[in-house]
Amino acid sequence: MELDANIPEGPIDQKWSNHIDHLRLVGPRNRPGYRIIVVGTGLAGASAAASLAAMGYRVDCFCFQDSPRRAHSIAAQGGINAAKNYRNDGDSVYRLFSDTQKGGDFRAREANVWRLAELSTSIIDQAAAQGVPFAREYGGLLANRSFGGVLVERTFYCRGETGQQLLLGANSALAKEIASGGVTMHTRTELLDIVVEEGRTRGITVRDLVSGEISSHAADAVVLATGGYTNVFNLSTNARGCNVTATWRAHKRGAGFANPCFVQIHPTAIPAAGEHQSKLTLMSESLRNDGRIWVPRAQGDARSPSEIPEEERYYYLEERYPRFGNLVPRDVASRNAKDVCDAGMGVGPTGDGVYLDFRDAIRDKGADVIEARYGNLFEMYERITSDNPRETPMRIYPAPHYSMGGLWVDYNLMTTLPGLFAIGEANFSDHGANRLGASSMMQCLADGYFILPLTIGDYLSRHPAGEITSEHPAFQRTEDEVRERVSRLLDNAGSKPVEAFQRELGKVMTDQCGISRNASGLHSALQEIPRLRERFWAEVRVPGTGEHFNQSLEQAGRLADFLEFAELMCRDALDRNESCGCHFRDEHQTEEGETLRNDDDFAFVSVWEHNGDGEAPTRRREPLEFEALPLAQRNYKT
Amino acid sequence: MKFTLEIWRQPDAGSPGRLVSHDVDDISPDTSFLEMLDLLNENLTESGEAPVAFDSDCREGICGMCSLVINGEAHGPQRATTTCQLYMRHFDDGASITIEPWRSGAFPVVRDLVVDRSAFDRIMRAGGYISVHSGPKPDPNDVPIDPEVAEKALDASTCIGCGACVAACPNGAAMLYTAAKVSHLSLLPQGQPERYERVQRMVDQMESEGFGSCRNYGECEAQCPKSISIDFIGRLNREYRRATIVEPIDLRGKMKSQ
Repeated sequence: MELDANIPEGPIDQKWSNHIDHLRLVGPRNRPGYRIIVVGTGLAGASAAASLAAMGYRVDCFCFQDSPRRAHSIAAQGGINAAKNYRNDGDSVYRLFSDTQKGGDFRAREANVWRLAELSTSIIDQAAAQGVPFAREYGGLLANRSFGGVLVERTFYCRGETGQQLLLGANSALAKEIASGGVTMHTRTELLDIVVEEGRTRGITVRDLVSGEISSHAADAVVLATGGYTNVFNLSTNARGCNVTATWRAHKRGAGFANPCFVQIHPTAIPAAGEHQSKLTLMSESLRNDGRIWVPRAQGDARSPSEIPEEERYYYLEERYPRFGNLVPRDVASRNAKDVCDAGMGVGPTGDGVYLDFRDAIRDKGADVIEARYGNLFEMYERITSDNPRETPMRIYPAPHYSMGGLWVDYNLMTTLPGLFAIGEANFSDHGANRLGASSMMQCLADGYFILPLTIGDYLSRHPAGEITSEHPAFQRTEDEVRERVSRLLDNAGSKPVEAFQRELGKVMTDQCGISRNASGLHSALQEIPRLRERFWAEVRVPGTGEHFNQSLEQAGRLADFLEFAELMCRDALDRNESCGCHFRDEHQTEEGETLRNDDDFAFVSVWEHNGDGEAPTRRREPLEFEALPLAQRNYKT
Repeated sequence: MKFTLEIWRQPDAGSPGRLVSHDVDDISPDTSFLEMLDLLNENLTESGEAPVAFDSDCREGICGMCSLVINGEAHGPQRATTTCQLYMRHFDDGASITIEPWRSGAFPVVRDLVVDRSAFDRIMRAGGYISVHSGPKPDPNDVPIDPEVAEKALDASTCIGCGACVAACPNGAAMLYTAAKVSHLSLLPQGQPERYERVQRMVDQMESEGFGSCRNYGECEAQCPKSISIDFIGRLNREYRRATIVEPIDLRGKMKSQ
């Protein structure tokens, strides 16, 4: 497996413009000859499909939901960063770049991160032009808020539903292209495999979720915008349908999978109430701007929070990190929450919870101001827990939220499988070992609106359009394999529902590959997962047939892939024998319990190569170089 | 808690459906309505019966995928709440609960409680956008927008496209959905160039999809999980009248490429 990142020459602030100057392009008259498949309609997929179609390419776009508007980007609450420096508080492209690099704990590719920071401002311009109703100040100009891990106010927002508004913007552009015939939209259609022939990506095999029909689509290039794999934990903030199937199938067909162990655990989710729970609901991180996080100083203090006097409250983030206080990066906040709960100071029925308190903010800034900022989040919390956060502190606990790992891509966002591109959360490229708050939407839209539509031309222009059609035997071969997998699930003689195995896998991963990891736990997970996989295939029951709308079959197929992927994730966590960002190995911490990187041995991207079922994968490395921002230990304390 | 569920079962669009009774027991009050259905489905699967098909995805009230008419009300008895955020503590122990799909001819049943809402997407494609390509754009601060106007636009665009308004309306009208998108874009300066053409196209598409007409019952607003105001329907009607009576017709077809 070749790992050439294709990073352009020149100083870091000129790499992208130099690259554009020398990219091979496809001319407007030739673009309609090329067919491009985009899988997924979140911020990355919708923006890419719309942009490509507007340029003249013929686009086929797929999503498993009933409408492209429902992709999980819609649930992003807090906001989107851009280095506009509207607040005149010292922001710049360099500062956004360095915040992202430091937040990612120096495990991201510098050139990509710089490009992301550079494009951030154009995203706001693009979205506003589409009619995204960003929050405005009294004078009519755009408002900003601050977000975890940074010292400037650069986050743009639409109440607590920035994701929905940005996605509706991207989706409106997509709707226009569907109407004009540039995009053919395939809803309720799930990718089940990638078709590869002569080392290049030729198309995909899909299942129509309503009729059950399995079919293939040929294309000159395939773009995966299929999101992350956090549902490997069963309980996460992801939507129920989010899955690893597309990226995992691509991996098994030859695409390198990078840094699978890098998963962000979000510090502010509503704690689980019990075994029946189907997902964890996130409370936007923006709440940390005004909420103060604390636990009772005494272990097992059962008093209601209002009865606990000030001196018996442990504002542990403010005490431990005086400079950033409640705005420390997500991994630091998550680990500290687990730490105080493990020490017996946790609150709520399970003891896995900490308070997020708005009492002081309401007192100092007024109830109206706080209501305007967080009203809908307060309502959401109240609906779920039946507690009113205006009167009693919220209870929060960390939840798996975002996967920084994903398919390895070069500077052009192409995977190691020629013709297969990965954008948004599905790739690994910009967030290193931890993602800065309000940066996920930025990356999705930078990839979809501004990067991929240009870089894909560089690949397409090297190949004639429409080289092979879905009549080619490679498609039949792949379809046969897909049909066999589907029948194997349906014909299985077991008796247990899929959910039972999903919960078991989630527990293994949460315990052994979650907020903190260690070698012995990972070794035991690597024993348990194959056993669980065997039991799954022996004992699962998938009711119904493949010829109708069958949600059990969908879920079983996704879990079967998670059961394979989980092993790679643990293998990567074990292999990366250092702590960095969200990847906290108990064996590697400072005296104060912070992550301890090992730059001498691990300043690289781990890229895994599949060697066949039952064979150990090979770990390749892309070395990381740091020129614009020299390596430094993170320090959020002083 | 225990419940008797009367659930609409229908194998596919072409077959007749009927209400079938299913019992669930040992349900915690902190279980969400959909988690309760998850548990029912696990039990059905274990006993070799077909699980109940229903749509859901984000399970945090924003994707608009979940639906269900519960005891005759879209998204159930709680105001401003999607089914996925409805909790069993709001029901009486031992209650009988009737669960049906969205009831509208324009939303054909796919299976059991799952319906086809693609008519909504077609209304959006008819004009629910501002025509801009990806690429360099003016700085948004060059076009100041009164925050009251921006907030009003957001009040409209907060619609999650779930279809509850249609299911709630005795006429099966999609006016609130269409009004929300038309209002969002017509309020903003960026939406002005296509303002009148947009409303005509979207209303025409809405009517051709077979949705009913608005008679101001107000059930759409009452059952909307995002509490979208019926005032937007008034705005839609004003926009439509202006577009058809006062303003000149669309010139797009007369534009010639250079």
